[in-house]
Amino acid sequence: MLKQKTLEQTKAAARRNKGGRSAAFYNNPEIRALGYQLLLVLGLGYFFYSVISNVLANMEATGIKTGFGFLTASAGYDVLMSLIPFEATDTYGRIFIVGFLNTILVSVIGIFFATVLGFIFGVAHFSHNWLIRKVAVLYVEIFRNIPLLLQVFFWYFAVLATLPSARQSLSLGEAIFLNVRGLYVPKMVGSDLFWVAEVALAVAIAGIFVLRRWAKRRQALTGQIFPVFYTSIAMVIGLPVAALLLTGLPFTVEYPELRGFNYFGGITIIPELMALAIALSVYTGSFIAEAVRAGVQSIPQGQTEAARSLGLSEKRIMSLIIVPQAMRVIVPLLNSEYQSLVKNSTLAAAIGYPDLFNVFVGTALNQTGQAIETIFMTIVVYFIVNMVISFLMNRLNNAVALVSR
Amino acid sequence: MHKKKILAFTTLAATLVTGAASVQAATLDDVKARGTLSCGVSTGLAGFSEKDANGNWSGLDVDVCRAVAAAVLGDADAVQYKPLTAKERFTALVSGEIDMLSRNTTWTHTRDTSLGINFAGTNYYDGASFMVMKNLGVKSATELDGANACIQAGTSTELAIADYFRQHGMSYKAVTFDTSDQTRQGFESGRCDFLTSDGSQLAALRVGLSNPSDAMILPEVISKEPLGPVVRQGDDQWFNIVKWSLNAMIEAEEQGVTSANADDKRENGNPANKRLLGTEGELGTNLGLNADWAYNIVKQVGNYGESFERNVGMDSPLELERGLNASWKDGGLMYAQPMR
Repeated sequence: MLKQKTLEQTKAAARRNKGGRSAAFYNNPEIRALGYQLLLVLGLGYFFYSVISNVLANMEATGIKTGFGFLTASAGYDVLMSLIPFEATDTYGRIFIVGFLNTILVSVIGIFFATVLGFIFGVAHFSHNWLIRKVAVLYVEIFRNIPLLLQVFFWYFAVLATLPSARQSLSLGEAIFLNVRGLYVPKMVGSDLFWVAEVALAVAIAGIFVLRRWAKRRQALTGQIFPVFYTSIAMVIGLPVAALLLTGLPFTVEYPELRGFNYFGGITIIPELMALAIALSVYTGSFIAEAVRAGVQSIPQGQTEAARSLGLSEKRIMSLIIVPQAMRVIVPLLNSEYQSLVKNSTLAAAIGYPDLFNVFVGTALNQTGQAIETIFMTIVVYFIVNMVISFLMNRLNNAVALVSR
Repeated sequence: MHKKKILAFTTLAATLVTGAASVQAATLDDVKARGTLSCGVSTGLAGFSEKDANGNWSGLDVDVCRAVAAAVLGDADAVQYKPLTAKERFTALVSGEIDMLSRNTTWTHTRDTSLGINFAGTNYYDGASFMVMKNLGVKSATELDGANACIQAGTSTELAIADYFRQHGMSYKAVTFDTSDQTRQGFESGRCDFLTSDGSQLAALRVGLSNPSDAMILPEVISKEPLGPVVRQGDDQWFNIVKWSLNAMIEAEEQGVTSANADDKRENGNPANKRLLGTEGELGTNLGLNADWAYNIVKQVGNYGESFERNVGMDSPLELERGLNASWKDGGLMYAQPMR
């Protein structure tokens, strides 16, 4: 009885509110929500405004130079390795690009080899061979559990630093040299008709895609399997070599040569790059191996059994049935491993590999004293690089996702 | 290393964000309230700032920290040492993580004018030089065309060597390391043909080699590197204290006041001695310190000459000559402004 009455009263109140005196605008939930949003934006705006103006005022007061003018000023110091021409008289802006390219270089090398190592050891975990299985477990357990910095030091100071001096280099056929200062390999320098070989290589790569499509269609029609992998390799090597032979070998080989203190000529791979790339690949590879293992284990045993009953070989079961399905689990994990690898590449500073962090946040910051600007620029670069990785991996993820019909 | 850098940067950001007051605060009051002086030193450089097996720091740069602590707190041991790499040092100072920096730091125009810091004097006149292994067969820096150089990152030497090679039309490869220890390791492993740094550092690094007699220092001195203590810009009182603490050490040597005879000179010395040691005049009060500030420095740390001989001179493994660092009376550059 009492309940009924209360309900009636509420309803009446609601009616009164709807008609008659209109409700105050601030009681409208939509306007209210908008108001709160506005307040928040204003508050945040004020917060950042006061932070930034305070920083600028204080830097002025303490006599610290501000602004991005230093980017066009001459740096006056040298960088060990640069993918673009660089001299000590070039600007801090150019140092920024040199460092960025070096970071990208070591990241790409690291990601490539980490992926290869990860897939090899991840799949090896399911090998029928006891020894291979144990090696895979050992690899993961050793390299996953040792701090990365320690591994970087290990490869640099314990392995590469013990190589012989420049004058006592290890050499392979007097063409490839290895010493404490790096790996020196011969370089092919093309002349007039060298472009024919380059075109041939491009044709071979394009040919692989055509071949794959053709082989797939043929298999669908006739059931016959074409050895695509081996044919592709033969094409990539065969076509350029044939082109070179036909055009009469239009190139010279530049061999590294000991002149004075160092080897000059050819291509030099500095030990800092080797140590960092090896450490990053091996370390990240151990995590990727675990991701691959998790992916493969997520496929029900029934899939393998069904494939076997169709008479597929173990190798083909892996490459045609298991791995494509496992990719759905592996790809999201790969994404974060790749991003970690890029971020971990900043350990370059410890061994003097001239990556962005080392040459820009290290030396440039120290020489100019402009901490806010250099750190901000570097943060933005790592942010963008990782966003790009994320974007590409999401595309890949969509490609390998289950297609529902 | 990274953690320390991040910490320094965060503190810097925090100080810059939270208003001018904290930056301008009187360092003297902070130090007195804390009871210890926080002094930035190197991560380990024989003769200049080095930690022994018992955790005690010593060296020419450490003695400047000790002198300031003696002047301000009356106790040369009331110092907290913060080991910093060349890259971290200025950020640590500007952020207020340390009260002063005494870490073989070269006084240059750019640093003095654009980093928000002030150099409080020179406690060692140095110049960049080269160290090579004897078996390389090099006798002069002009023979180093095409060679590899081991350098510590973020130092003024990095700039000096680029200038030198450019000027002489020679090329080189710079392999830069974070700490002087890593630089030495790189040199010893043969990664570089020569190691370049300030002459005094080379002497110290050479002593640290597994076989010092294998290496030699080339005769060329390619730059001017006046090293000295540094303070934050914007606190003139503190700037004066550090400047005059160093001057007191130099002046004491000039006057012949040593840790051994300071007590005697305080009572029976000439007027200049008495002014320096606080029995006459108001030098201490003007700095905001006690009258016996310089007495404490000389008594507990010693004069500049004593400090030099003990840490880097003939009484030390470095065996450096006084050279430019002799008192002006003996033909050197060490010259204190008049104490009056």
